Amino acid sequence: MAYSEQVIDHYENPRNVGKMNDQDDNIGTGMVGAPACGDVMRLQIKVSDDGVIEDAKFKTYGCGSAIASSSLVTEWVKGMTLDQAQELKNTTIAEELALPPVKIHCSVLAEDAIKAAVADYKEKQAKK
Amino acid sequence: MMDITQNYFEFLALPVTYQLDLQALSERSRELQKTLHPDRFSHLSDRERRLSVQYTAYLNEAVATLKHPLSRAQYLLKLKGLDTFSESQVQLDPMFLIQQMELRESLEDIASAADPEAELEQLRQTVEQEMKSLREQFDRYYQQSTPSAYEAAAVCVRKMQFIDKLGREIEVLEDQLFDE
Repeated sequence: MAYSEQVIDHYENPRNVGKMNDQDDNIGTGMVGAPACGDVMRLQIKVSDDGVIEDAKFKTYGCGSAIASSSLVTEWVKGMTLDQAQELKNTTIAEELALPPVKIHCSVLAEDAIKAAVADYKEKQAKK
Repeated sequence: MMDITQNYFEFLALPVTYQLDLQALSERSRELQKTLHPDRFSHLSDRERRLSVQYTAYLNEAVATLKHPLSRAQYLLKLKGLDTFSESQVQLDPMFLIQQMELRESLEDIASAADPEAELEQLRQTVEQEMKSLREQFDRYYQQSTPSAYEAAAVCVRKMQFIDKLGREIEVLEDQLFDE
């Protein structure tokens, strides 16, 4: 199957690959996986005191589309508020990357990952 | 007479169980293959020959599905109305995902390790152990035969899917590193 130029770009030059300390209070970590393809994705956000995402990192073990989807999300959410990030839709990701129908689930995975990261951050703040 | 409306186990005249006798599976498969051999159908009508092609396809599918422990588990659940073959949206245990992430990270580090062969072997053993324990868990839940136990068995299957993928990636790396 042919990948779109956008997918290849993110696959060959993934943005924001890495890991932040998930023990820190200002870090939210989202871990998701897709059993059907065995893909695992970790997406992390660093949030400022006024609720803006300052930084984002990801690590994805999966196909090109899954890597591209998470790479794109980390680019997009930087500078967003938590509410904005939570509203990110997989359809927007799929559209930007021109994902074919069989790869739509990769964008769903990335949406789930950012939602999980925001939820994890909020949970940490609530516990404080 | 063969009947492709039967499930794979019935079609092969094998008991519907996870602890399948693989020897019996290959014996039954060989017997059926003999009766399905195209040469035996050369004198028959088009319709009968078409049927024999259908039976052969069904037989191949049945054997391929039942032979592999993961797809056999998935097939057993499908017979109980739980389709884990094509699901994509499921909740997974976060601890399990973290462990999967770590296992993949260690696989990624192997190529640059001092003794890649030893580390790869160690990782393979970890993966085999994990798979073995998931199979045992699956079988226990499956045998309990209640709706909630089937759900728990499906959780095992989802985990097996990740471990299976990791196992295949280990094999790929092994080929890359040592088969020159």
